[in-house]
Amino acid sequence: MLGNNVMGILFAYVNEDRVRDLTSVRVMASIPFGGRYRLVDFPLSNMVNSGINKVGIITEENYQSLMDHLGSGKSWDLSRKREGLYLLPPFGKSNARSDGKIESLDSIRTFLNGSQEEYVILSNCDCVANVNYRAALEQHEATKADITILYRRGTSPDVNRNNIYTLDPNGRIIEMLVHRGSEQDVNYGMGSCIIGRELLIKLVDDCMARNEYDFDKNLIQKSVPELNVMGFEFTGTAYTITSFEAYFHANMQLMDPKVRAELFDPNRPIYTKVRDDMPSKYGLDSSVSNSLVADGCVIEGEIENCVLFRGVKIGRGAKVKNCVLMQDTEVGENSRLDFVVADKNVRFSPESVMTGTSGYPVFVEKYGVV
Amino acid sequence: MLPKQEVVAMLLAGGRGSRLGVLTNKLAKPAVPFGGRYRIIDFPLSNCVNSGIETVGVLTQYQPLELNEYIGSGQPWDLDSMNGGVHILQPYERSGGSDWFKGTANAIYQNINFISRYNPEYVVVLSGDHIYKMDYSKMIDFHKANDAACTIAVYEVPLSEASRFGILNTNADGSIYEFDEKPKVPKSNLASMGIYVFTWEKLRKYLEDDEKDPNSSNDFGKNVLPNMLNHGERMFAYRFEGYWKDVGTIDSLWDANMDMLNPKAGLDLSRDDWRIYSRTPVMPPHYVAKGAKVQNSLITEGCNVYGDLEFSVLFQGVYVAPGADVSYSIVMPGAVIEEGAKVQYAIVAENAVVKKGAVVGKDPAEMENRDDWGVAVVGPDAVVPEGGFVAPKEMLDAEEAKG
Repeated sequence: MLGNNVMGILFAYVNEDRVRDLTSVRVMASIPFGGRYRLVDFPLSNMVNSGINKVGIITEENYQSLMDHLGSGKSWDLSRKREGLYLLPPFGKSNARSDGKIESLDSIRTFLNGSQEEYVILSNCDCVANVNYRAALEQHEATKADITILYRRGTSPDVNRNNIYTLDPNGRIIEMLVHRGSEQDVNYGMGSCIIGRELLIKLVDDCMARNEYDFDKNLIQKSVPELNVMGFEFTGTAYTITSFEAYFHANMQLMDPKVRAELFDPNRPIYTKVRDDMPSKYGLDSSVSNSLVADGCVIEGEIENCVLFRGVKIGRGAKVKNCVLMQDTEVGENSRLDFVVADKNVRFSPESVMTGTSGYPVFVEKYGVV
Repeated sequence: MLPKQEVVAMLLAGGRGSRLGVLTNKLAKPAVPFGGRYRIIDFPLSNCVNSGIETVGVLTQYQPLELNEYIGSGQPWDLDSMNGGVHILQPYERSGGSDWFKGTANAIYQNINFISRYNPEYVVVLSGDHIYKMDYSKMIDFHKANDAACTIAVYEVPLSEASRFGILNTNADGSIYEFDEKPKVPKSNLASMGIYVFTWEKLRKYLEDDEKDPNSSNDFGKNVLPNMLNHGERMFAYRFEGYWKDVGTIDSLWDANMDMLNPKAGLDLSRDDWRIYSRTPVMPPHYVAKGAKVQNSLITEGCNVYGDLEFSVLFQGVYVAPGADVSYSIVMPGAVIEEGAKVQYAIVAENAVVKKGAVVGKDPAEMENRDDWGVAVVGPDAVVPEGGFVAPKEMLDAEEAKG
């Protein structure tokens, strides 16, 4: 069993400055997504579905909502006597240089040293995708790689913050550019890689000893000419949450049945915390079109092109279009909302009117009252 | 010796439920899906944990596989606890031989050892075919205050219907003086709900006596309770007010699901203070497409709705194709309603398929003779062929359809 020889490390916080609105009250990993999920559910379920049963999650400040979501790890089958889920306590990221990955890995040295697994999969929590790590691991072993980087091919999701790779015909990475963007098709990183556990410890040690704290530049890029660094192309659907607009559009993509079939493949389900809501209820005068609705909603008004999280209530006569409404948000009677993203527990009073645009959806913060 | 538990609940889940026909061919009645994301047994199990009862024995006998798998470790109900928790109790072989559960009382009798291990003061006996939310702790308090040997929960039914029920006749203080099974001329309208609280010491004695009686059919209602009354034990009726429905028949099962859509029916499962827990598969939120029409319906996660839906309940993973029309119906997990199919006043069971243009059920208003009307049922895994028809009251069985 390949999976038993592999452990996962998730960086819960990386890149959260890109979506400040959504991360002011939580870490990147616990951003709600797709009606009933949090971003962490994707990499975590991918690891579990690939047979990995030991995952450490590195957090920083603001991790209360993530802890609440993960609990003991039961929902991912990671509440175990042997291995399971490890929440690795926050390190002082505010003092950290760069994205703090090197320092955080250094701070969990005892966890890494005490583990028996041969390989580690490192992943950010900012990418929505259903990835089968098994295939990547098989390639990693077959090519005797030191490091395997997961990448996609296409126009870069970011203007200037991607890692871009050049591969030789054998799939070996021969050049890596950091903090770049491109209009043309390129190979860009998905924030995930496979590396030997002992090699990782050694490379982190080297970086710390040299006062080098940039994971991409000082650890990966530096290894490219020196080690066997391979690329593994992921060809499935993936959405990297690089900005608030990207977050909004990734949610809207879920209306496409092909996207849902791929992301929520029944053979590799995306697990999440169970809430035991009753099924959603549609009233007598409701109207619903092209929308994704989680359990526990009560819809008396009209919705079109919307993602509704658990427990959302839409009042009579309300018209809600192109909106992402998170858990327990309530829209009062006769309100008009268009291109609005409402965080959890927002109250829209009756007759509220709020309109954004496709490029600039309006955001209403948690517990906001409109 | 296990830590003492003040109360142990015993849930009678062994009945076949033959009045549910094809729905219980391969499934014990308590495992029948209900209300979009539940199964019937979720109600008594959730009532137990919400009432603070954390030791529950579930007595199974008929087709236990799916029920056992569903209950599993009891984790969805928080019943995977260190002391107590949920235990599945099946008939087993003893040194003196083995026996199926002969009746409700015998089922408990055969598990006296299970109950004794917890040394409880009280035992609550529940059935697995009722939809209701009830705080058993209040009933136990009532039982204690009356210093009763047995307390029976009762529900007020219209006097005109009382002759269909087991009726309890009581004194002014609520004490029971007579059992009247389906009386022709009822003296009261208090129907037994099949929910009992016993003082364990008393119950144990009467179960042992009952077992020694060769003429007994080992049933609570017929034997044990009347016997206790004849011996002058203190027995009380505890009035329950609120929603309660026995879902032992196709009609009542359909009715109770429809009650979920009627705010006036009193079956509100949205309250945080008394949640009904269930074990559910992991599925994405449900999707309603452009062009679909949804009116007064319940939809659960994993559904894809492209057609029309009215006064209906959809369970997990149901697919309603474009141009399909579903009204006044219950569509259970994984069922598929294809293009142009019409499903009305029907129950479509798990993983059944209604093919293109097929018709299931009929509007009672369109019946020539109203007495011929009833809910149409498509059994689990059954397929209604293209252009086929399932008549009111008919039950399509997957095995029979295969010939």
